[in-house]
Order: sequence, then structure tokens, then C-alpha cells
Amino acid sequence: MTKLKEVFANKKAFIAFVVAGDPDFAACADNIVALAEAGADLVEIGIPFSDPVADGPVIQAADLRAFAAGSTTEKVFELVAAVRQRTQVPLVFLTYCNLVYQYGYADFFTRCAKLDVAGAIIPDLPLEERDEVKPVAEAHGCQIIPLVTPTTPPERIAKIVAGVDGFIYVVSSMGITGTRDTINTDLGQLVANIRQYTTTPTAIGFGIHTPEQAAQMGAVADGVIVGSAIVDIIGQYGHDAPAHLQTYVKAMRAALPD
Amino acid sequence: MQKIKPGRFGDFGGQYIPETLMTEVNRLAAAYEHYKNDPAFQAELTTLLNDYAGRPSRLYYAKRMSQDLGGAQIYFKREDLNHTGSHKINNVLGQMLLAQKMGKTRVIAETGAGQHGVATATVAALMGMECEVFMGKVDTERQALNVYRMELLGAKVHAITTGSGVLKDAVNAAMQEWASRVDDTHYVIGSTMGPHPFPTMVRDFQSVISREARAQILEATGKLPAAVVACVGGGSNAIGAFYNFINDKDVRLIGCEAAGKGVNTEQQAATMERGRTGIFHGMKSRFIQNDDGQIAPVYSISAGLDYPGIGPEHVHLAETGRAEYVGITDDEAVDAFEFIAKEEGIICAIESAHAVAYVQKLAPQMAKDQIIICNLSGRGDKDVAAIARYRGVDIHD
Repeated sequence: MTKLKEVFANKKAFIAFVVAGDPDFAACADNIVALAEAGADLVEIGIPFSDPVADGPVIQAADLRAFAAGSTTEKVFELVAAVRQRTQVPLVFLTYCNLVYQYGYADFFTRCAKLDVAGAIIPDLPLEERDEVKPVAEAHGCQIIPLVTPTTPPERIAKIVAGVDGFIYVVSSMGITGTRDTINTDLGQLVANIRQYTTTPTAIGFGIHTPEQAAQMGAVADGVIVGSAIVDIIGQYGHDAPAHLQTYVKAMRAALPD
Repeated sequence: MQKIKPGRFGDFGGQYIPETLMTEVNRLAAAYEHYKNDPAFQAELTTLLNDYAGRPSRLYYAKRMSQDLGGAQIYFKREDLNHTGSHKINNVLGQMLLAQKMGKTRVIAETGAGQHGVATATVAALMGMECEVFMGKVDTERQALNVYRMELLGAKVHAITTGSGVLKDAVNAAMQEWASRVDDTHYVIGSTMGPHPFPTMVRDFQSVISREARAQILEATGKLPAAVVACVGGGSNAIGAFYNFINDKDVRLIGCEAAGKGVNTEQQAATMERGRTGIFHGMKSRFIQNDDGQIAPVYSISAGLDYPGIGPEHVHLAETGRAEYVGITDDEAVDAFEFIAKEEGIICAIESAHAVAYVQKLAPQMAKDQIIICNLSGRGDKDVAAIARYRGVDIHD
């Protein structure tokens, strides 16, 4: 079993997202440790990009804070090295294709493997293009986590989930990242469509921020992903964020079904 | 041999966009594949291009300018005389007719100088479609007249404040809007950029420029030009002007990009010169970026050329040596803007003036029996106030 699949073994997974270097690199390491201690089963670390086309205003603002703190790809790897001194929580990166391409696909995943980063979510790397990256990642023991959306037809889902070991990122609704009060997609049907083709776990993200939503989504899928709500707490509380993050994650965790 | 995927120009192109858009983009590719071979669609498009947009555009012999520069004979392809004042209408009519066939009732578009936004707003009015245009805040200020034109045509204009508030940021915003509403909405991309099928589709719709120009120059002179010159931002007017000459190996194809305050300064948008291969806005192409791959802020006096990337087919043409790309500074473009106004009585777009500036350099080095075709991609009414400001003249616009 891969490390990512273990995240989902015998429980619903709570997956937290932070932007590397937000609000600065030292505080970001503290935040990741706090999330892990409060019960996050996996932490997604966003590598800031100048033009995050899949992200809403909350994550865009976090990217800007990270750039103000001097974020570079190298500093993000140094952050992970520092985090790894303090926690063994499973980690994945979330970033845009150009940053990985410029680092060099093989170099990037060599570095990931060394730091025990289990994989990467690359929003602008769809099925059509992923063969240029996926085999390289897998050769280094890393997984490329694909996205399935409400508009992805079943025959396309079959192709997307084929050969995916890690998990499937189920996008709850169309558009960009950010909290939503209501999610209208028939996620039960969408997850059922995915499960027709794979036993790889599913995690729902985009818009989830309340314990009620965590309970609902957790009943449907194998895990929930919370990004903007966590980034919002970091934006609001700055260096005092860890305590607030712990309270929030414990409440969300508690709301997930067993 | 590796199978060449659709939408690739050598190694460039592809479909690097979020899954939220992939299903719609694939549907668009299939629709385009169908309609491009449908004689009824093509006939309908030709009627619109001719009767509504005023095609074919004229190929005009610039006698005075040719004599004064003392070298090659210069012909201007007058895309500036099209309805809405630029080549942008060619692509917009094609895409929106396609969108209509696909059952779309709403269109969105990005715009830099505003010409593509105006063309989209115009055709939306013509076809009775809802229209929203995304434009960088900085561009809404330097092209205020075009903002009002779009609103007059019934479009809603969003001023984008993220990033540097220019064309790149407008594209980001339009892509985000499309990802949240694909059911009834088509994104009319204005240049030969973005994910497949856009670079191919936009090129095909713009290739009417060189299809006409090639026939017109043969009719007028009995021979092919020695060079075709066009300005390049994303590259739509240039690829349109080049396309039907690509197989004419003796015709030099020259794209003029914006060197801003100098190609070696940070105030430029000269992607061929200063960029390197990357992945952005749905395509593998060439981009101006830092070592990590963060897209760099760029600059040009011309809002239409103020873009950190270039269409993938241009990169392929450059790498295979078929086309050449040169940088033209703001100063050179403004001089050319004034030169062609006084020499030929044509006020061209500041974008097109980048091509005219290179013609001024190239023509004197060529023989009198050689021909240059320069694509005048748009008219310059929109730029008059900005040029006055550049010259320090206060005209209270």
C-alpha cells in the first residue's frame, strides 16, 4: 500500500491545505505542525505561483503574502525539510505545471522523494498531458493526484482514474477554490461514478468550510480537503494562527463520520 | 516515431488547463473539427466576413513611403479598414458563429488594447448574445475610449485589478469565469494562444488575411513578396498574415515584438528574445519568466502587445527557422506611428506601428524590385490620446 492510501485506511481523511511561506516560512512550519497535531491526516503544501488560475481570492492573497516573504521553489523545499524535523505527517505539493517544468520533472520528484513528499496535485496538468509527468513522478515513488469535476463524463473518469495510486481529488463544484455556502453537485453520483472504475480513495475539495459540510462530504467520499477556510484563518490571525488552526481542525475532524 | 498529438506545433501547444475546463474544451475541439469542414458553415462565415466586416480588405501600394525609403516596394494589408477597426473581427465572427451552433447564449473575452473586446461586443450585439469582457485595470485607463465603446454595444466590462492589471491578468480572470460557467458560455480567446483547439482555430480564422494578400499581390504585381511583416503579441494577426506564405520558402516572415523601453531592460514584452519554454495559459510555449518559472511582469506602450507569452505556432516557426522575430521599442513604434500618418495619411494602431517601424529599417536595405507586405492590423484612433501624452501634449481627452 502506498503511503497516500494509508492516509485513508480505516478512517475518513481530513486533508488540510496551506500556502508555503504564508505568512512567512517560520510561521508556515508552525502552522503545518499545528495542523498535524490537531489531526490532519495529510497536508497539501501549495507552492505559490504568479498566476494561480484555478484559485480564488483567498489563496491568491496567500500567494502574495508568501511572495512578500521571499518565496522561491528552493525555499519551499527548505520549508519541507524543516517541517520533516518535527512531524512525519504525510505531505503532498499542490502547484502549477510551469514551476515543476522549470525545476525539471526528474529533479523535482527526486527532491520530493528525499523529503518524503508523497505526490503532487497539478491543476493545469489534465489527462491529455499527464504522461509527460506521471511516469517520472512514479519512478521516484511519488503520485500525481488527478482531479475529477462535476462536468467530467463517466468515460473520461474511467481514463483519469486508470493507473492512479494515491487518491482522486473530487472537485465539488465548478469554478475556482474558495468557500461556498451551498454545493449543488450530486456528489454521491459523482463518487459512485468514480468507484465504478477504481478502488483508489476519493477526497472532496473546493468550497468545504463548515463541520456540517465535512459531515456530509465525509459520508459520501473517503476524505475531505479544506483549503481556503484554513488559509483564511492564517490570513486573519498571522503568527497567532496555530491555536486557531488546532481548534478548527479538531472541530472539522470530529464532524467526519467514523 | 512518437505520435504527434493534435494541437501540437512541434513540441509546443497542447492542453495544459484545469479539469474543470477540459470537457468543454474537448467539446469545442470536436465542434470545430466538424464545422470547419461544413460548407454551409463556411458559406455563412464568408457572408458575415464580406457583408458585415467589409472583406476582402484592400492591399494598398504605399507609393510615397516606398519612394521615400528608397528600397523595396511597400504594400499595406488594410485590416485597419475592417468593421470595428482591426483584424480581431475575423476570428470573433468565426468563433461566435461556432459558439452559436454549439447552442451558447453568452460569450466572454479578454482584451488588451480593447480591439478584441470591441469586436466581441459588436458581434454579440449582432447575434443577440450576452457579452462580458475582462480587461486589466491599467488597460481600461489607457484605452478608456474602447471601454465606453464596449458598453455602448451592450457589453459588461470588468476591470481586473489582480497582478499587474494588464492583458495576462485579464486572461486569468476570463479563464476563471469560464471554469465557473461553461454550460451557456463560450470564451472567445482573441489570439493564437490558450489550449488546443484555440491556437489552430484562431489561426484558421485569421488566415483569411494571407489568403487574400497572396492572391492580391499576385494579381497586382505577378509575383510574391520578399517579406511579410506583422506585429506580434499573442500572434494572431501575424499568424494570419504568415500562414498562406509558409510554403513559399523565399518569402521571409518577420514578426515584430514589443521591446518597450529596450530589449535589455525589464520594461519590455519581447518574448522571443527574452523568454524561454514554459507552460502557462493552457499551452507549452515561450514565456518571459524568472528562474523558478514565475511569470514576469512585462511592459509595452501598446496594450495589445503587452503579454508575457506568444502563440505556440510562432515558437515552432522560430525554432525551425521559418520565421524571424525582431524587437521594436516604444520610441521606434511612436516614430513609425507618426511617419505613416504623415507619409500615407494613415493613422494605424500603435501595435501595427511596431511592424511599420521594422519596414522603415528593412525597406532601404532591399532592391527596388522587391516587395514587402506589411499587415496593418488595426487603426489608431484609440491610440491618439496616448501618443499625445507620450509626446507631452495635453489634449484634455
